[in-house]
Amino acid sequence: MRDRGDRRSAAGRWGLVAQFPAPLTGRFGQGRSFSSPAAGSRAAGAAPRQRRQPKPPAPRHQHRSRVHPGAWWLWSLSLGVAASRTGNPLLLALLVAVTGYVVAVCRSRAPWARSYSAFAKLGLAVLLVRLAFTVVLGSPIPGSHTLLTLPEVPLPHWAQGIRLGGKVTAEALVFSLYDGLRIATLLICVGAANALANPARLLKSLPGALYELGVAVVVALTFAPNLIADVQRLRAARRLRGRPDSGVRGLLQVGLPVLEGALERSVALAAAMDARGYGRSADVPARVRRTTAGLTLGGLLGVCAGTYGLLTAEGGGYGLPVLLAGVGAALAGLRLGGRRSLRTRYRPDPWDAHAWLVSGSGAAVAALLTLASVRDPDALHPGVVPLVAPTLPLWPAAAVLLGLLPALIVPKESP
Amino acid sequence: MIRFEDVSVTYEGAARPAVQGVDFEVPEGELVLLVGPSGTGKSTILNSVSGLVPHFTGGTLRGRVTVAGRDTRTHKPRELADVVGTVGQDPLAHFVTDTVEDELAYGMESLGIAPAVMRRRVEEVLDLLGLAELRDRAIATLSGGQRQRVAIGSVLTPHPAVLVLDEPTSALDPAAAEEVLAVLQRLVHDLGTTVFLAEHRLERVVQYADRVVLLPKAGAAPVVGTPAEVMAVSPVCPPVVELGRLAGWSPLPMTVRDARRQAGGLRERLAGRTPPHHRTAAPAAPLAEVRSLAVRRERVDALRYVDLAVAPGETVALMGRNGAGKSTLLSALVGLVAPSGGTVRVGGAVPHRTAPRDLVRLVGLVPQEPRDLLYADTVGAECAAADRDAGAVPGTCRGLVSGLLPGVGDDTHPRDLSEGQRLALALAVVLTARPPLLLLDEPTRGLDYAAKARLVGALRGLAADGHAIVLATHDVELAAELAHRVVLLAEGEVIADGPTDDIVVSSPSFAPQVTKILAPQRWLTVPQIREALA
Repeated sequence: MRDRGDRRSAAGRWGLVAQFPAPLTGRFGQGRSFSSPAAGSRAAGAAPRQRRQPKPPAPRHQHRSRVHPGAWWLWSLSLGVAASRTGNPLLLALLVAVTGYVVAVCRSRAPWARSYSAFAKLGLAVLLVRLAFTVVLGSPIPGSHTLLTLPEVPLPHWAQGIRLGGKVTAEALVFSLYDGLRIATLLICVGAANALANPARLLKSLPGALYELGVAVVVALTFAPNLIADVQRLRAARRLRGRPDSGVRGLLQVGLPVLEGALERSVALAAAMDARGYGRSADVPARVRRTTAGLTLGGLLGVCAGTYGLLTAEGGGYGLPVLLAGVGAALAGLRLGGRRSLRTRYRPDPWDAHAWLVSGSGAAVAALLTLASVRDPDALHPGVVPLVAPTLPLWPAAAVLLGLLPALIVPKESP
Repeated sequence: MIRFEDVSVTYEGAARPAVQGVDFEVPEGELVLLVGPSGTGKSTILNSVSGLVPHFTGGTLRGRVTVAGRDTRTHKPRELADVVGTVGQDPLAHFVTDTVEDELAYGMESLGIAPAVMRRRVEEVLDLLGLAELRDRAIATLSGGQRQRVAIGSVLTPHPAVLVLDEPTSALDPAAAEEVLAVLQRLVHDLGTTVFLAEHRLERVVQYADRVVLLPKAGAAPVVGTPAEVMAVSPVCPPVVELGRLAGWSPLPMTVRDARRQAGGLRERLAGRTPPHHRTAAPAAPLAEVRSLAVRRERVDALRYVDLAVAPGETVALMGRNGAGKSTLLSALVGLVAPSGGTVRVGGAVPHRTAPRDLVRLVGLVPQEPRDLLYADTVGAECAAADRDAGAVPGTCRGLVSGLLPGVGDDTHPRDLSEGQRLALALAVVLTARPPLLLLDEPTRGLDYAAKARLVGALRGLAADGHAIVLATHDVELAAELAHRVVLLAEGEVIADGPTDDIVVSSPSFAPQVTKILAPQRWLTVPQIREALA
């Protein structure tokens, strides 16, 4: 049943744990990860690893040459900026296609990589809601092509300006279609960021002073997926009790146990985190602590005052310098506050050439479309009155295709 | 290393202390095992080592606990994190990050260990626990045994002087449990790590212990001694010790090897007799039939070409390593997953196409977490709801509960029941509809020997009444006691199917202790021998 033969060769592969004799490994490697060829080559490659020679060709480990998560977020948000610059449905569709292709090529097999389709569904829902509103509530867009006329509900005089039912024109529908498409594209860009870069990995790039806050946020973010898993499990359990497992009533009845479970889990997680050293801090002199507090508070005040100055008419002179000084002080405060944190980082993602290229390609798309929207606003915002078929402007479309660059350069994870 | 000085812990609102008179020392570099029936405060003692009791749980701790010279009254859990590594009962509650490699590094990051050192230790632990293939996997996608190993690995990386583990092997298959225990033993022998653990499955761990701390009953002071001394008086003991007591061996054997040396006489006395077979009655038409079943889950073949037939009155144990497809097969039988190929029929119906209301009268499943089945605030309300769900005569469920769980009041909250009592309540709820086919997933997890014995009695009674029972379990002793037939699964396929004694005798990892001691004779359990000698 169990083969102890291959274990001898695995002896002494651990640096410090080199004393451990072979029988400790063996079985877990075999069979558990289902006939991966790497399982066999592991024993052979283990000894070299200790001497820091090139790793054995284990395909899984390529994952580590991944792109900095910040680069992916910059890329997706840049595409989102580009989407917000145009109302041309053909360009928007092209943007969605670009994100879809890059996600399909570059995403990993982790559960969060599935968020793209969830966001795509959300985008579609937003688009449909936008259209439904136009049909029911009407639209200020003047139009002459009436498609259908709904019975209009007379509203009291205080609801002036609101209309229920009435004429539905092709122009109004097309306008809201373009508008909804833009919002959907923005959502899909955010979905792409989620699918390509685990939000939790962004934590590693936070300054030390903000790390603990970041963990709290990420733990809160995992609350929702855990809740969904619980609901699924408990609805399955309802079926075992002979009650229908669908319907609103079923959902309501599992509500309380699900919340109880979620609460219990958070308490258990907090205990585990505490026992593993979360929140340990170094002793820093009181003087440094006071300086940190002063710098951070002063800096934030400066940011507020500076922003106010920039936005109001009379503060044009002092706005910018105060804002910059405030940002500077706040950053210094954060840096100083980082001294209290003992944390070190395990294998932070390097910002390498790939990251520059990925974020750069996104930025280029955003910049070129912004430029195009200034130079040639008509091509990027096809008119609806009178109704014309949108055309694909050549140069902006070529610019959008620059966003495909990551799919070509990012090393692929083998399945 | 760990010193308890006259410690007692009283939780808020409790009438009496959860533990009291705890006064002993865990010396450096020893593996100390904490045993006792459920509800005697084992977890309380374990958590007071890491400082979670009382800093996190509240309550009053009298006396003093010191770990490596640090008093837990003045040191918070986070300030003990560099000397104590703790893994609780539920590994899922332990994980902070979402991939294996990050999880292994998390504790070290909090302690501020240099990046180069972290990198080296992560690689060491990945190899030590056989996790190298899983390093980039999301934790949510791991099986139970893999999770347990990641949880142990995540506290090993900071190299704590003390390792505290609450039931580290109860979720694991026998071979995986052996591997984890071998790792612990190596840590003790080669690195001088002090290990303090609680475990119900004594047959797995007692031979590794240097010292045993017994909590005989709730609120009683612990008994400390060598394994042989404590096992001689312990109310909970593994089959090897029970056999030793029955045969009057002295000193009491702790390992199969020790017992085999003394077993010559017993083997001679048993030579002429054959083990009583609890055979099923005349072979009847199968109640449940599975034909070349295939289930695909998230692009992985969970089951392939599985054939299984279960007859009334028959008890079948499904065994195999974690992730072999046992739970999936049970889910398919109860219609929770739809087959992607092949057929499943239970009492003539196709489970996943049958309305839940009708299905409960054909087949019932007690899930791995019995709490999932319970919604109501009181036992009484739960029973009333179960009668309504099953369309049974009011009082049916309450009658079953009284039989399985004597002395539990109607107004008890299901959450306040012990693990074993909750299982019994869930079993009663499922049995209310009188399903001819009863499925149990991992029923003995977290049960002490007394609760297990009651469960065995109840299930035997049901089988005698003509219920067919299928249980998925890692507990070889349970399978030996209950099952007429054992089905071994590996990677979603049936690799062996036959009478219990044939299967377990031929497999070293699935053989119960008694079989190993008395081989080549084919005895399975201590009660069999008691009966034969009487």
